[in-house]
Amino acid sequence: MVRNQRHLVFAGILAASTALAGTAQADTIKVGVLHSLSGTMAISETTLKDTMLMLIEEQNSKGGLLGKMLEPVVVDPASNWPLFAEKARELIEQHEVAVIFGNWTSVSRKSVLPVIEELNGLLFYPVQYEGEESSRNVFYTGAAPNQQAIPAVDYLLSEDGGGAERIVLLGTDYVYPRTTNKILRAYLNAKGISDEDILENYTPFGHADWQTIVGDVKKFASEGKRTAVVSTINGDANVPFYKELANQGIMAEDIPVVAFSVGEEELAGLDTEPLVGHLAAWNYFMSVETDENEVFIEQWHEFIGDEDRVTNDPMEAHYIGFNMWVQAVQQAGTVEVDAVRQAMYGQTFKNLTGGIAVMNTNHHLSKPVLIGEIQSDGQFETVWETEGVVKGDAWSDFIPESAKLIADWTFPWVCGNCEAPKFGGTVDM
Amino acid sequence: MSTRGFALPALAALLSCMAFLAAVAGGAPASQAATLEEALQGLAAKSYKERAVGVEVLAATGHPRAIPVLEAMAKGQLFVRKADGSIVIGDKTGKVYALTDAVDGTALGDAKKKELKKVKVNNRLRGVIRAALGGLTLLSSDPGQRAQAAAAVFAARDAGALATVEQAIAREEDAKLLDQLTLAKAAIESNPEFPPDVRLAAVERLSDSALPEVRSLLASLSQEGEADAEVRAAAAAALEAVERDLAFWNLLGTIFQGLSLGSVLLLAAVGLAITFGVMGVINMAHGELVMLGAYTTFVVQDIFRDFAPGGLDYSLAVAVPAAFLVAGAAGVAIERGVIRWLYGRPFETLLATWGLSLILQQLVRTVFGPTNREVSSPSWLSGAFETATGLVLPYNRVAIIVFSLLVVGAIALVLRRTALGLYMRAVTQNRSMASSMGIRTGWVDAATFGLGAGIAGVAGVALSQIDNVSPNLGQAYIVDSFMVVVFGGVGNLWGTLVGAMSLGVINKFLEPFAGAVLAKILVLVAIILFIQKRPRGLFALKGRAVES
Repeated sequence: MVRNQRHLVFAGILAASTALAGTAQADTIKVGVLHSLSGTMAISETTLKDTMLMLIEEQNSKGGLLGKMLEPVVVDPASNWPLFAEKARELIEQHEVAVIFGNWTSVSRKSVLPVIEELNGLLFYPVQYEGEESSRNVFYTGAAPNQQAIPAVDYLLSEDGGGAERIVLLGTDYVYPRTTNKILRAYLNAKGISDEDILENYTPFGHADWQTIVGDVKKFASEGKRTAVVSTINGDANVPFYKELANQGIMAEDIPVVAFSVGEEELAGLDTEPLVGHLAAWNYFMSVETDENEVFIEQWHEFIGDEDRVTNDPMEAHYIGFNMWVQAVQQAGTVEVDAVRQAMYGQTFKNLTGGIAVMNTNHHLSKPVLIGEIQSDGQFETVWETEGVVKGDAWSDFIPESAKLIADWTFPWVCGNCEAPKFGGTVDM
Repeated sequence: MSTRGFALPALAALLSCMAFLAAVAGGAPASQAATLEEALQGLAAKSYKERAVGVEVLAATGHPRAIPVLEAMAKGQLFVRKADGSIVIGDKTGKVYALTDAVDGTALGDAKKKELKKVKVNNRLRGVIRAALGGLTLLSSDPGQRAQAAAAVFAARDAGALATVEQAIAREEDAKLLDQLTLAKAAIESNPEFPPDVRLAAVERLSDSALPEVRSLLASLSQEGEADAEVRAAAAAALEAVERDLAFWNLLGTIFQGLSLGSVLLLAAVGLAITFGVMGVINMAHGELVMLGAYTTFVVQDIFRDFAPGGLDYSLAVAVPAAFLVAGAAGVAIERGVIRWLYGRPFETLLATWGLSLILQQLVRTVFGPTNREVSSPSWLSGAFETATGLVLPYNRVAIIVFSLLVVGAIALVLRRTALGLYMRAVTQNRSMASSMGIRTGWVDAATFGLGAGIAGVAGVALSQIDNVSPNLGQAYIVDSFMVVVFGGVGNLWGTLVGAMSLGVINKFLEPFAGAVLAKILVLVAIILFIQKRPRGLFALKGRAVES
């Protein structure tokens, strides 16, 4: 903690001094960090701010970038969605940052989008999300639905996953769960699971009383068909939800729950003994044993000064995104956004979980998908993973109106949601 | 379904094997040790599917070591030692694993994680293990194991298990377990391979139960797929009876859930009933005082973990007074430092306390970090009381209902029976008169606010058992708390109690029809309309106090 504060103070002083004396600009490359440090989302986003400071510090210890030091500019949008847009503008216009790493919730990203497009900034967004978007100015390093939700449901329906015949879709009431569940419902119907075997339920943010809903799930599951739960419950509501599952004695062998927003960090506040076997689908688990991951975890523990802190999927997304950006800048020889964007396409970097991530022209990564079961020590154990990497899909194939859209920011398409290339000619598809 | 498909042959094999063993009675054959080792290697096979077969082979040996090995495997404590490829059980303490030999249970010393390869299990495999253990432990001396075994046999409904079930019924003395076992027997006997009269008797037995699992079994028997018309009709009749029973127990369950939600609302609101209800202070930082109580619980547990790990189960008993003191002290500080300068200016109070709430949140975030903190539940609060009819009453929910009533009772005693309570009532009714009688009104104000804040802290201890311990904990409860106090009648403890409980029950009855989001909105609209009709809430204060 002390270390963090020193970083913050350091960043603050630097930011202030550079604002006063414009000459200092030339000596550093500024990297914007746009994560909430107060308010409801601070619980998740503070960790990502620390991750960015760690990555920048490491890059500087290697001699910086293009012969200059990197300088973090940390701002606090305070979990306030419109404030995200203001802070993004401040980062680009006042601080003249070369790139921004930030945002967690989709609603905050949607708020930043117009600003970043207007000012031609560059944003790396590290969190799994609902897809249906591809902006020229954003690189999405988290998972798209086909890199998380679809493989997870496939696993639940498979023999190894328990062969579910009924699915309960539980979610928090906002854009990410609703869009994801719309895609999943279409996908399940295509897999032969009819609407009467799907139960969909939404709850407000921070919902704390899960007795009725968990009771309903139990009832739905007792009607003779094997049932599984797909949870897009977000944020604080997860802890009371899992506590209620344990309370009512729902075992993972009977009704497995697969979650898309529960990682190592969220489990840190829970006694996981009664939750063993419930699942999560991510592109990264802290428990995966590779050399890269071991180094990363060690580096994180040393930086944060606490051996008990965990690592999680969005941290890996920032790790990949930051390193790809560094490579792209080195290749382009400048931090100028248009040049860096071109250099980003096809950029590769080693995943922490093995295999190689690739940045595609639709601004989404190709990454492996892992499904893990919760263990009694609060970690996940991988029980299934994809053979190779899966390419992130900006537009879902399972929503009819999106299936025909293409996102490709290279010639001749050059657009995020087109049915035909912007620049004539024929294209092989 | 697939689990059952796997479990059936396994159970049949192992039960026939057990019958054989029982006949031989002791004196395990010498060849068994060899087959046990072979069977153990099967557990470490490559795919989950092959490992599931390995579990069945091991269970079929009927070897006494099969039970501890399978139990360790289900818990993820089975490893392959990389050095020699032998199967070992590893019990983790700190960073080292204490190894025991899977074959004979002898201790093999310690090992590091790197020397071992875990035998991974997933949900399906755990299901197979549970079914296999069910057969092996039906005659176990541990009642808990027998109950699990009976449930596993009920789910598998395998005719091969019938002999063992009958044997278990003959020697079972516990009435509840006997009920479970006869139910499992009836479930087996409802299978089509039994003669019609046995099946009809089995359906009759099943109709006595009101478990959801029985309902689904009867539902499948009463459908078109059932060949025997008589059985089908009997099952349909039984199904109707079971559903009637289930509806009744569901109603009871809903009422319990409502009271449980009500007790949480009551705990959150009761401190506010004093600061807002009695003193008229709009304290927006009330939720943060609740949060301070929850964090106090965390700190107390942490201290227990470091200095007296054995007493962790009783840490809540220390946390309650500690939380009262911490939150109470914070309350007195807030009253002396901020609120006392703002009496009679509700808008300034509202803004100032709202600012305070933000400061407290950020303070906790800086000290404890932004992530959730784990507060463990003592063992006597985990688990649930389950009736044979499928009604689940979790212990921690029951405890919170009882605790909330105790807190309200204690406050009522303080207000009615102590000198402090008398001063409080005197000051709130007529400040200048009380002052001229020699009561130090400033001191009473601080004490009253401290009492309300302390109670909020105590609520935090209870909420830490069911909700997040995070800096945002308080925000979730502040609106609900004001709602309860306003609905129940400002300044009336009895009104707060009735208000909280009725809001809880109404919410729970609306939720199944309207969904959680709409139910909350409907309750809010209903309260607004109610306040229009009765501005002073359910139980309005009468007399001179109203005028002030």
